[in-house]
Amino acid sequence: MSAPTSVEAMPAEADRRSGLSVFSNATSRTRALLIAGVLFMLLSLTRVITDGGDLTSSQTASTTLLVTIPILLAGLAGLWAERVGIVNIGIEGMMIFGTWFGGWGAWKFGPWVGLLLGILAGSVGGLIHAVAVVKFNVNHVISGVAINLFAFGAMRYMSELVYTSDIQGAGISQSPQQKYPIPRVNLPFLAGGTIGDWKSPDVLGWLERRGWFLLGDLAGITRGLVSNMSWAALIALALVPISAWVLWRTRFGLRLRSSGESPSAAESLGVRVTPLRYVAMAISGGFAGFGGAFLAIVSSSYYRQGQTANRGFIGLATTIFGNWRPSGVLGGAALFGFAEALQLVGPSSLPKLFLFFSFVCGLLVLRSIVRSRLIPAINGVIAGGLFFLVYFQVSKIPEPLTKSAPYLLTLIVLATASQRLRPPAHAGLPYRSGEGH
Amino acid sequence: MSTPSPAPEPATLRPARLRAPSTIMVTVASTVAAVTLALVLAGILLAVTGKNPIDAYAKMLDAGLEKNKLLEMVQRATPLMIAAVAVAIGFKMNLFNIGVEGQFLMGMFCAAVAGTYVRMPPVLHVTFCLVVAMTAGAAWAGIAAVLKVKKGVNEVIATIMLNAIALSVIDWLFQERFRYETPGNLDVKTKPLPTSAWMPDLVENRLNSFVFVALAVVALFWLVVYKSRFGFRLRASGANAVAARTAGISSNRMIITAMLMSGAVAGLAGMPSLLGNTHAYGPTRPDGYGFNGIAVALLGRNHPFGIIVSALLFGFLDSVAGPLQIAKIPQSIVLVIKAIILITVVVVNEVVARRVAKRTADRTAAQLAMPMAVAA
Repeated sequence: MSAPTSVEAMPAEADRRSGLSVFSNATSRTRALLIAGVLFMLLSLTRVITDGGDLTSSQTASTTLLVTIPILLAGLAGLWAERVGIVNIGIEGMMIFGTWFGGWGAWKFGPWVGLLLGILAGSVGGLIHAVAVVKFNVNHVISGVAINLFAFGAMRYMSELVYTSDIQGAGISQSPQQKYPIPRVNLPFLAGGTIGDWKSPDVLGWLERRGWFLLGDLAGITRGLVSNMSWAALIALALVPISAWVLWRTRFGLRLRSSGESPSAAESLGVRVTPLRYVAMAISGGFAGFGGAFLAIVSSSYYRQGQTANRGFIGLATTIFGNWRPSGVLGGAALFGFAEALQLVGPSSLPKLFLFFSFVCGLLVLRSIVRSRLIPAINGVIAGGLFFLVYFQVSKIPEPLTKSAPYLLTLIVLATASQRLRPPAHAGLPYRSGEGH
Repeated sequence: MSTPSPAPEPATLRPARLRAPSTIMVTVASTVAAVTLALVLAGILLAVTGKNPIDAYAKMLDAGLEKNKLLEMVQRATPLMIAAVAVAIGFKMNLFNIGVEGQFLMGMFCAAVAGTYVRMPPVLHVTFCLVVAMTAGAAWAGIAAVLKVKKGVNEVIATIMLNAIALSVIDWLFQERFRYETPGNLDVKTKPLPTSAWMPDLVENRLNSFVFVALAVVALFWLVVYKSRFGFRLRASGANAVAARTAGISSNRMIITAMLMSGAVAGLAGMPSLLGNTHAYGPTRPDGYGFNGIAVALLGRNHPFGIIVSALLFGFLDSVAGPLQIAKIPQSIVLVIKAIILITVVVVNEVVARRVAKRTADRTAAQLAMPMAVAA
């Protein structure tokens, strides 16, 4: 999560100081990097102490990346919608469109066409939502719920039509296997990729196997992120800085965000809010559709009913958790993805995270003592102690509970840090063009 | 708006088109229009995908009006009525309880577990299960209420998160603690409830007596929310919290009360299935009551009578899915129809409300302008 600064209090003010984006705010960027560095050191320490190789192994990192991308895209879908002033509960439904059309297109015409179809289908879902809330002024939440129901029903209907029993491997809830996946890349020298026919050395792999403090962990994580990486994942990751740039660095983005903060003010200055909202919702739906198609094409090689598994709602949580910022969304998605990946790769490593948490608490206690704040220090000692106890008591964390982590964390953030969250001021409120002046 | 203002002016001066049609007529007409529109849109989808919509609808009516299917319609409408009342209580207080889904699962699971630990005479045992379910549902909704009142957390977000958390917690408790394996049976469930906790079928395997509980819930909803002093305060606070506060109605208290009531009712939605049919909780649990309940409540305009009719319509659609499948028409079309109904009903409501508001404004303007016109 990005480090919140006082700049957030007044958006207009912040824009003038060109400080709203984390990507441009030097102090908050250094701070975020510093925090990330310290956390990484503690994680590495935990790994060394507990011998929990899975915590920072390249396999965990690559799995994290794979499960993070759909959540990230869903989170960006929420970000784009809310930034223009529309609450998008329908991300899940738009992802369902994406999985179906992605799976179908990839099976019929190849993975890239599938990806494109998935994105387009998601966009259509976003536009339906936009028509309902912008043109007809329907409550955003109701329209979102309707889209979720519609997407589920309509895609099941399509499956019944298309995937008839005479197609090999197809069924009412599943598409046939796709023939070939989206190509993957291994970076040469770092992860043993090939240059022509020559196989380059796998430097990071060698380092990871040594298991040195910090260096081994860094090598493992980096190797996981640069080896066997799908092009689709690279594109998705690139969308984070692109979103940040478009939303905070361009005229279009400024107008878009102003329509989410105060549409009547924006309109009085000549911003055409209505078309802007359609465009933003098409983008939002496209992101969700991309996330869905990713699930059907990259995470697996066929469409399956229920493939989205509530990731649209996790994405919504990520938007909130990430404080309506692209970098925050990336952080939240990576965190939620890490928990999910660890459950998949090495469930026995999960409880070791409690030791990590108690280290974090210890650090916070030190900080409170330095600043001579007694009560936070005491709270930190209690929490750290509890985490420490849990670490010794718990040998495994059941999968259902790991699954609830994103929701639980988001609720906790909402309940404890809501003063630090700054949602777009007009998100979810009814607005009709020309009214409210 | 509901009562046309008495006309002080000579009738000849007042054009007929300015007379306000009665609200009930407008509501019924717009709802029928919305459902018709939804059927037309779904018909277009059927036609585009190469199925004959006339055939499909004829088949639906044909199959759905058989006696057995009519009983099934009522049976399927039962949980929807309850879920819709839960949603409607929230709407009346201007709260969006999107968490009925999680609340009813919590209620169902807790009742399924607690019901096996006690020995009671039949009626009392059923009551015990219902109370447990209501308490569990209310408690789960209460979390969102407290978060809203104390921390200002939007109840939509909170209940969405709580839905997912409920699923995880239930899955975990079920897998770790309350699985009950009967040898030779692959269908793993919780320990079955003793027969004293069963609700009897009215018509064997077709219709369960729980429908009376559902109707009682709807009736109570009408009495409490529409006819009692408390209900008036609730609706007043929902319509305009600031105005209600000046009248001494604490909106925070109303939020808590409405959310607890909503959750308690939501807790009951899983009971027809648990007490009337499965008698144990298993992974093949019912789902979608919460979201369909939202659709039913909106289609029924949060009104008790409307909720009953809408729930029956949804029950009808669910009941004809099977026969459609046999007639080689994809049965998922009923899911599509239900979703489109939800969209069209809110769109039509919005359009009608805007037109009614405009007409009221025009009429008032005309009435205000008239004495001046006479004076001139």
